[in-house]
Amino acid sequence: MAPPAQSQRSQSPSQPSGKSEVSDLKLQLRQLAGSRAPGVDDSKRELFKKVISYMTIGIDVSSLFGEMVMCSATSDIVLKKMCYLYVGNYAKVNPDLALLTINFLQRDCHDEDPMIRGLALRSLCSLRVANLVEYLVGPLGSGLKDSNSYVRTVAVVGVLKLYHISASTCVDADFPSTLKHLMLNDPDTQIVANCLSALEEIWSAEASTSEEAAREREALISKPFIYYLLNRIKEFSEWAQCLVLELVTKYVPSDSSEIFDIMNLLEDRLQHANGAVVLATVKVFLQLTLSMTDVHQQVYERIKAPLLTLVSSGSPEQSYAVLSHLHLLVLRAPYVFSSDYKHFYCQYNEPSYVKRLKLEMLTAVANESNTYEIVTELCEYAANVDIPIARESIRAVGKIALQQYDVNAIVDRLLQFLEMEKDYVTAEALVLVKDLLRKYPQWSHDCIAVVGNISSKNVQEPKAKAALIWMLGEYSQDMQDAPYILESLVENWDEEHSAEVRLHLLTAVMKCFFKRPPETQSALGAALAAGIGDFHQDVHDRALFYYRILRYNVSVAEQVVNPPKQAVSVFADTQSSEIKDRIFDEFNSLSVLYQKPSYMFTDKEHRGPLEFADELGNLSIGEAAHNVISSQRVEENDKDLLLTTAEKEETRGSSNNGSVYAVPYDSSTSVFASQTQIESAISNPTTAGHSQHASFGIDDLLGLGMPAVPDVASPPQLKLNTKAALDPNAFQQKWRQLPVALSQELSLSPQGVASLTVPQALLRHMQSHSIHCIASGGQSPNFKFFFFAQKYEEPSNYLVECIINTTSAKAQVKIKADDQSTSQAFSSLFELALSKFGTP
Amino acid sequence: MISQFFVLSQRGDNIVFRDYRSEVAKGSAEIFFRKVKFWKEDGQEEAPPVFNVDGVNYFHVKVVGLLFVATTRVNVSPSLVLELLQRIARVIKDYLGVLSEDSLRKNFVLVYELLDEVIDFGYVQTTSTEVLKSYVFNEPIVVDAARLQPLGPAAIFMQGTKRMPGTAVTKSVLANEPGGRKREEIFVDIIEKISVTFSSSGYILTSEIDGTIQMKSYLSGNPEIRLALNEDLSIGRGGGSIYDYRSSSGSGAVILDDCNFHESVRLDSFDMDRTLALVPPDGEFPVMNYRMTQEFKPPFRINCLIEEAGQLKAEVIIKVRAEFPSNITANTVVVQMPLPKYTTRASFELEPGAVGQKTDFKEANKKLEWGLKKIVGGSEHTLRAKLTFSQESHANITKEAGPVSMTFTIPMYNVSRLQVKYLQIAKKSSSYNPYRWVRYVTQANSYVARI
Repeated sequence: MAPPAQSQRSQSPSQPSGKSEVSDLKLQLRQLAGSRAPGVDDSKRELFKKVISYMTIGIDVSSLFGEMVMCSATSDIVLKKMCYLYVGNYAKVNPDLALLTINFLQRDCHDEDPMIRGLALRSLCSLRVANLVEYLVGPLGSGLKDSNSYVRTVAVVGVLKLYHISASTCVDADFPSTLKHLMLNDPDTQIVANCLSALEEIWSAEASTSEEAAREREALISKPFIYYLLNRIKEFSEWAQCLVLELVTKYVPSDSSEIFDIMNLLEDRLQHANGAVVLATVKVFLQLTLSMTDVHQQVYERIKAPLLTLVSSGSPEQSYAVLSHLHLLVLRAPYVFSSDYKHFYCQYNEPSYVKRLKLEMLTAVANESNTYEIVTELCEYAANVDIPIARESIRAVGKIALQQYDVNAIVDRLLQFLEMEKDYVTAEALVLVKDLLRKYPQWSHDCIAVVGNISSKNVQEPKAKAALIWMLGEYSQDMQDAPYILESLVENWDEEHSAEVRLHLLTAVMKCFFKRPPETQSALGAALAAGIGDFHQDVHDRALFYYRILRYNVSVAEQVVNPPKQAVSVFADTQSSEIKDRIFDEFNSLSVLYQKPSYMFTDKEHRGPLEFADELGNLSIGEAAHNVISSQRVEENDKDLLLTTAEKEETRGSSNNGSVYAVPYDSSTSVFASQTQIESAISNPTTAGHSQHASFGIDDLLGLGMPAVPDVASPPQLKLNTKAALDPNAFQQKWRQLPVALSQELSLSPQGVASLTVPQALLRHMQSHSIHCIASGGQSPNFKFFFFAQKYEEPSNYLVECIINTTSAKAQVKIKADDQSTSQAFSSLFELALSKFGTP
Repeated sequence: MISQFFVLSQRGDNIVFRDYRSEVAKGSAEIFFRKVKFWKEDGQEEAPPVFNVDGVNYFHVKVVGLLFVATTRVNVSPSLVLELLQRIARVIKDYLGVLSEDSLRKNFVLVYELLDEVIDFGYVQTTSTEVLKSYVFNEPIVVDAARLQPLGPAAIFMQGTKRMPGTAVTKSVLANEPGGRKREEIFVDIIEKISVTFSSSGYILTSEIDGTIQMKSYLSGNPEIRLALNEDLSIGRGGGSIYDYRSSSGSGAVILDDCNFHESVRLDSFDMDRTLALVPPDGEFPVMNYRMTQEFKPPFRINCLIEEAGQLKAEVIIKVRAEFPSNITANTVVVQMPLPKYTTRASFELEPGAVGQKTDFKEANKKLEWGLKKIVGGSEHTLRAKLTFSQESHANITKEAGPVSMTFTIPMYNVSRLQVKYLQIAKKSSSYNPYRWVRYVTQANSYVARI
């Protein structure tokens, strides 16, 4: 137990503030220390209890250390345990005093009572004082050999504690191999389990520097060892079973009969009342059958019932953890669960974090046969007292509408929402109707009739207001009042606080103007004037842009602002499939609850002890052999790049010079002096030349958006071997052994993104920079590469995992290196090479 | 693995605090409590059981108003940690007899003894009440169980029903009867939580039974126990939708959708004669959890009518009919219904001669509450409420109110018809005849009628 923090909270009256009580205790302990009076142990117990209770509530009682140790010479085991607890807590901050305790702890380690031996050994290892480690080795060594299993259990964990205090002492004493021996031979399964946990931690930490540790760690997932564990799985405690099962997920069976053997053996674990055991088993089943589509499917069917049972038994917290996993599975294979939709109905007394998951599940499993029921149920929630959930329910209805072919019934429901006259329901429904119209423009007539009845005064939420305004603009020809509603909105421009709404208002007025010019003209003038005078940069810019483009040519303006639109077929998914797969790989972990992969929320050193790059095997092995390149080309590339940037600089300069405008800050009357002016503008036909000119300008803009080219004047010192070679197995081996030296996110140039239509494009490019690909895969927009490079004239390797998403133009790069000190230099080389990708 | 374990009171005070790996900063309990308390500004939403603050993952479960918390920096299995927290609470309860802030504070040294053995350096060692017995040297200081919040489903037996030997459930596993001899007894509780949703026309939309066979044994010498269930019990509804009622109705058999078992249970003869064999460990534990969507007769029918009665007025009539035999009595029944937001007043009218009934209008969340101490099987009760509104309702009034929800406990009654046919204790001596208690109870989980 660490010293509890000094409580910042104001102490409640029942809790003593500290100081005087502590000195009081000190005095009393002193008096008792030497006493041999009968009943002294009882008074000591009372005092010790007081000390421990102060410690718990956060009062610093470390000043009593000396007295506590003096009083600890006792045969009373209750006293001893309290003393151990205290010492363990404060030894770290009092290393000198801790030395005082070594004596009696060491003596207790030889006590004839195995309980005392175990307790003393545990306390000794929990002192966490670096300069006392020499006293640990002896007792630990004999503890590991003790005839009593309790002492051995404690000693095994003690070894791990020692490793964390001083790794070298632990390794020098050869404790890991002693643990390995115990793990393979001890009859007590808890000792086997503790050895496994300890060795996983130790070998994972050692693997980066020791080949042997890496090999040993590898051996943990070898067939003989896995079978050794699996064959006695029922002898392990439920918690140790979880540990074993987690290890089994990393094992790669040689053939399918082995897979079936393992699954048959573990089948009854799915009936365990402990959810952790069931989920660990489910993970084994899912991982083993990944490549066997049919069986994988059957696994889904098989695990459904046990998971649903776990969700409905147990505390709300436990069912939440299981439900999150079910949620993941439902999103992956909705069709498997489509007949179980009623299980995902919300109960009125469930916490909102559960309801939210259920709503997403209902959305996912909706198909032609159950949509009606699901939507009916969701509509019930829309009237719920729990407003956030009511909102989510409406959104869910909308999502279902967007993913269905037959939306007839749903549209009616949505329109009913609009008539419910609850402002938040109206707000959510408006946003949905807008999205719906973007996908199914054919519904515009039905929707518009209802939307037209909504008074814009009742809509306050920016998102909803923006949606309403969008519809007013888009369907102004069908809505009688559209220009007048817009006009009144423009009149209240200053009261509109949301920039989003003002932006939409500008666009909507423009659209309306193209359709019904005479009615909208004055509103447009007012809107543009207000917009240009707006303090918000985007609003100002958009208004100015509209103004100029109208002045330039009205029909061009119409083409820009209100072009014929195609219905949206699919709305973009928020999470990439790459991320989803990663979460699935991390089944039965926090990643599933947080809905993000572990690298997003854990620090490097706390990633699981056995996190291998398993995915490496799934990728196609690239053409690592074709590593012939010419260094000359690299230089050429460099020159090209320099040249193009210089040119770009020039063009930008000239275009800037040419664009000096007078900003019209005056009133609306001067913006549109007369009707005739506009009419003449409309009659002006567009010329093809203009649009060409414009697109050239846009190219130029994109060019400016290019990431800065790293300083070429001082090239990194690192030189790479142009003809490096590494066989895929060696790569895989190394990838598992080495820790991640660097991980970062790089940007790709727009040109790079454009050229990356197939993985091969990048392979050739990187090869010209002496960085070779060993495996690659993926499809646009997600690509994954494994690269390697070798130092010039040295057998030192760099390994790179690079995940590129072309939509975001970002690359997630992880670098591992034999020689960690040069990984930074290599990283900049890699970054440079990647940034040049796509440039001619 | 776990870095820290602590128990916080409702006010956020540390009652127990154990740091196993010193990886997480000291202030974690403070950070945790603040986060849970102010999860969302409006205070409306509950914090999820697991969240991450600055790379530290916090897990918590709520037991009798206390927060049992674990922290870690590692990406562990959340079910493992949450299951463990729940188990720790159960083990502590086994030792202290009752779990409460008071009993924890009085026995914290014993609790530390337990925690030292349950977890070592973040790894779970054992959660078996029995194994832990040999490591615990402190005697529990027993606290008065009179006004305690119940823990776990079995605790409902404590709620004033004289037939139940309620005190036994609050006995520490270390406790001895006065006179030094332990009382030999075993409790088997069949607890069923039922969820039913009625549509506005009174037809059943969904129904489910979540059942547990809970056991608590005070038998010495670990004898083997055989528990026989209905012979016509079948598990799994093979193929088709499990909500397909037609397949089951009429046959009379008990069909479970699925079930799971405690690890001590052997199922050797389960397929043959539906018998579970086990050597019960000490302490309280679930022998079997089961889930059922087979059609059953809901114990209560709810009728609700809401009508406008002139300007700014409406009347609500709620009828509850108990559809179980008259020798059975439901107790602690509460009927709730959210009323329109603009309701300002509600006046109630109970049926003439009503006893043990309470009505309330909760102004803050605009809810009607109707409490009935007892409902005897076969009876019907009605509540009339006159509502006054502050504004005229524009929309359909039924969309502004409801649904009606109900909570209740029905002792000695179970809807699934799952039964413990016999409880056999294997022990040689003929004079050995320990007390055996087999108790049934049905509770509402989510019992809702839409209007």
